[in-house]
Amino acid sequence: MSNKNTGLWVFVPLVGFVALAILLASGLGRNPEELPSALAGKPVPAFSKPSLISGETLTEERLTGQWQLLNVWGTWCPTCYVEHPYLLELAQRGVPIVGMDYKDEDDKARDYLARYGNPFTEVIVDADGQLGLDLGVYGAPETFLINPRGEIVLRHVGEMNPRAWDEKFAPVLRQAGNPLGGPQ
Amino acid sequence: MNRLFPLFPALALTLCALLLASPLRAAIDIYQFDNTDQQDRFHRLTEELRCPKCQNQSIADSDAEIARDMRERTARMIRDGHSDQEVVNFFVDRYGDFVSYRPPVNERTAILWMGPLGLLLLGVLAIVLLVRRASRRAELEEDDHP
Repeated sequence: MSNKNTGLWVFVPLVGFVALAILLASGLGRNPEELPSALAGKPVPAFSKPSLISGETLTEERLTGQWQLLNVWGTWCPTCYVEHPYLLELAQRGVPIVGMDYKDEDDKARDYLARYGNPFTEVIVDADGQLGLDLGVYGAPETFLINPRGEIVLRHVGEMNPRAWDEKFAPVLRQAGNPLGGPQ
Repeated sequence: MNRLFPLFPALALTLCALLLASPLRAAIDIYQFDNTDQQDRFHRLTEELRCPKCQNQSIADSDAEIARDMRERTARMIRDGHSDQEVVNFFVDRYGDFVSYRPPVNERTAILWMGPLGLLLLGVLAIVLLVRRASRRAELEEDDHP
């Protein structure tokens, strides 16, 4: 009786170990930089910032009316140079991208766009980083998908590339019936 | 060797001094406050808020741009008379529970808060069971060999 019980109990630590190993292994594959956005589903915070291109004052209104990307970049950000060609490609495919020049100098930013091409339909200047703070931005690049109501639908931290587009952005656009997401 | 001996006290003193030196702070910016209470709150809050960029550093420790922005905002909110909770809420609203080193107790963080206690209880239970069985066995053996 006692022996039979002992036989089964011997496996408890093993089962526990395997369960823990599976749990921890599933965490290993995750990118710790990718934090869940606290703003998903919320409207873009109110702001009033100048445009890099026209100098006019822009508000959160500019981010309503259509599906568009909000790309946070800066000339100081190495990864922004890497993703820039892909942003140009997206723009060529008709994806409206609003840029947010984050903690940057206007002159440098204009030179950058003149030199590497401008994928943006508009560029918001966030020189002091306060809009970035309101958006929960903690670096660049970051890319937000904004719906026509001006709500943040998703946020991508790091380089924008075909994989991020195909896996994250396109499915949402497809589901919304937007042709930019590709065929249903 | 003997000639070196007088150096030992000096060396020991230097080592002790090193031990006493406070850890180097990345945050060297000076923030002006109206009183020491505000200053204390600032120090406590910046130790409790986590830098989203250099994870595992508080915003007091981190040299990242974003940590500096967050320190500045914290200082400003304290000067403007916001409560500690309002400051924490401000950042949690933007960066999520992640940003606080003292996450709230809710469904998603339950395992974080209760996990260690649960494991402890399991351990105690296991020990109780083992001890009980051992003593029962001891009794049985006594019965076998009176």
